[in-house]
Amino acid sequence: MRPETALGPSEVEAPAPPPGPATASLPSRETTSARDRARGLVRWESALVILLVATVLIGALTSRQFLTSTNIFSNVCLLYGELAIMTLPMTLVILAGEIDLSIASILALSSSLVGYLWENHWPMPLIMVCVLGVGLVCGAFNGILVTRFGLPSLAVTIGTKTLYAGIAEIVLGPAIITNFPSGYTTIGVNPFPGTHQLLSYSAVFFIVLAVIFGIVLHATSFGRSVVAIGWNKEAAQFAGIRVKRVKTLLYMVSGLMGSLAGILYTFRLSTAESDNGVDLVLPVIAVVLLGGVSIFGGKGTLVGVILGLLVYCGLQSALLLTNFNANALEIVTGGLLLLSVLIPNAGELTARARRFMNRYRVSGTS
Amino acid sequence: MSALPDAVEGAGTEAGSGSRRLADVIFRVREFGIIAVLLVFVAITSAIQPRFIDVQNIKFVFFNAVLFALLALGETMVVLTRNIDLSVSSVLGLSAYLSAHLFSQVHGVPIVVVFLAGLVIGLACGVVNGAITAVARVPSLVVTLATLYIFRALDVIIVGGGMVVASTLPNSFLAITTSSVGAVPYLAIVIAAVVLAGAFYLRSFRSGRELYAIGSNPAAATLAGIPTGKRIFSAFVISGGIAGIAGVLWAATYGTIDSTAGYGYELTVVAAVVVGGVNIFGGSGTVTGAALGALLLATINQALYVLGISSFWDLAIDGFLIVVAISLDHWISVRLTSALRKRSLQHAT
Repeated sequence: MRPETALGPSEVEAPAPPPGPATASLPSRETTSARDRARGLVRWESALVILLVATVLIGALTSRQFLTSTNIFSNVCLLYGELAIMTLPMTLVILAGEIDLSIASILALSSSLVGYLWENHWPMPLIMVCVLGVGLVCGAFNGILVTRFGLPSLAVTIGTKTLYAGIAEIVLGPAIITNFPSGYTTIGVNPFPGTHQLLSYSAVFFIVLAVIFGIVLHATSFGRSVVAIGWNKEAAQFAGIRVKRVKTLLYMVSGLMGSLAGILYTFRLSTAESDNGVDLVLPVIAVVLLGGVSIFGGKGTLVGVILGLLVYCGLQSALLLTNFNANALEIVTGGLLLLSVLIPNAGELTARARRFMNRYRVSGTS
Repeated sequence: MSALPDAVEGAGTEAGSGSRRLADVIFRVREFGIIAVLLVFVAITSAIQPRFIDVQNIKFVFFNAVLFALLALGETMVVLTRNIDLSVSSVLGLSAYLSAHLFSQVHGVPIVVVFLAGLVIGLACGVVNGAITAVARVPSLVVTLATLYIFRALDVIIVGGGMVVASTLPNSFLAITTSSVGAVPYLAIVIAAVVLAGAFYLRSFRSGRELYAIGSNPAAATLAGIPTGKRIFSAFVISGGIAGIAGVLWAATYGTIDSTAGYGYELTVVAAVVVGGVNIFGGSGTVTGAALGALLLATINQALYVLGISSFWDLAIDGFLIVVAISLDHWISVRLTSALRKRSLQHAT
């Protein structure tokens, strides 16, 4: 029944592609990636450097405030510190071929817990340890569902995204906690000492963590095994990599970083609320993809992600200063995201377009 | 032998007619599973609080479920082909504002025209998604994440600080969502019919079956002569069109529309689809299942409300349910595959 309907009439009524180009352009990711390497016109990281320079130039030319320390501190470091921290584990998770949509909900849950426990007169250091532990547990739960139950991470983390955000609502309800001690809230809003009023605590955290993540990802066997898993899970398994353990660990790191971001977020706003930062997950993923990490895993660098992050933050802050319709900033995010997947494929695209034109020219003359 | 997993995933082969019957039964059981959970939930809730099954309350459930069910229909078409459409919420927002805005701009504009406007906006967005995904062969998750931002930003630019208020909308328009026969809104009947039509299409039309084939194995589908790109393109266009219509219905439901209409809905729609038993990697699942998934989520939220459980529990229970549904679905399909394999071995000997 199936072969008849698929091959019989369809070849007559629909202009079925000739077998040659059809097999050559099968949407298989192995061949696509190989082609990327062979034919990619521009390395996306190079494009990002150009974009970053352009962003800084535009920002500096259109507004005198752009390169001031006030702007860099309050409009870049403070605003995007937590987002930046979350891009690090997200990079590893996506490189391993999975995704974690629940990280921002872990942020919200952590923020709620900080507020709830503070209301119940726990000492702050204990609260922090406790909240980081909860982040680890949330991440481990994701990891176990994905690796031991073999469930697709896209679906699982849509579920746990809702679940963790829901637990945050249960913990705190409608309450808004704001009476945090100033010793901690200054961490959220004051510059880190010795950085010329330039960097926030969250930015310093990010820089330190980025160095650690960079070394782990690019210079240790663990980091290489992450990429190997994303590139080809079966091959990695046969090469002796403990795929499930590595992935579970990545999800735990993701949860831990989500919690850290939650604590910093709470201190920055001096407010614990159940929906703190829950919408941050798509921007985090957007930045990682913008950095040239393949959504299928196995391809991408942390340098690319950091460049992507700088372009993202720089553009947003430049556009804010130029009185660009602030709400429409996301059009730039979306546009960049599209470019990040289209430009590395540009060579392949033009080749396919030429083939397409040729086919029609041939059929037109015959 | 090697064709078996395809039979499981809904492609259906002639050789596996025996196993197909088994698969059919289990697929039906899968939808029955959701219905059973639904009935158990209704039974328990109404036993504790009889108010749950009064007319007003049932109306509320349908009121909340219909938009969801409609969006789930479009999303299912896309998910079946191993793609995803995250931009539905932004398309909905764009269409909700632009179509409802017509009432104040063009005096006495017929409601049909407003619906057509919503449809065209949705189709246009769907064409953008489909063209980039199918022609440029870029992963749809990235494409629709990008258009999620772009369409929402367009919405924000167009709407600015303005909003459409219910007083500018004609009563006949607002009545679309509120008028009902007994406890069932007319709209729910219409949408049930649309969902059934969609189910019939996916079940019985060649192009419908091809969506399953593409999702089961894209490379094999291309080799079998299925115009993969064209089908994926159409799936995105349909999803966009449906989101456009859903936008008009959103406007009729809520009356007040600003630039945040539908914000954050994208993952909820995917959740309903997944709860409805559609495989997130394509190839299996039905639109009736997805619509029932939407109905189940709406019922549970209303049940919690009626039982007087704080609405702060809603989200957590939704999330828990999604996780359970995915696990259950995975467990069933693993069982099904091994059952089919055993069966075919028996046939072979």
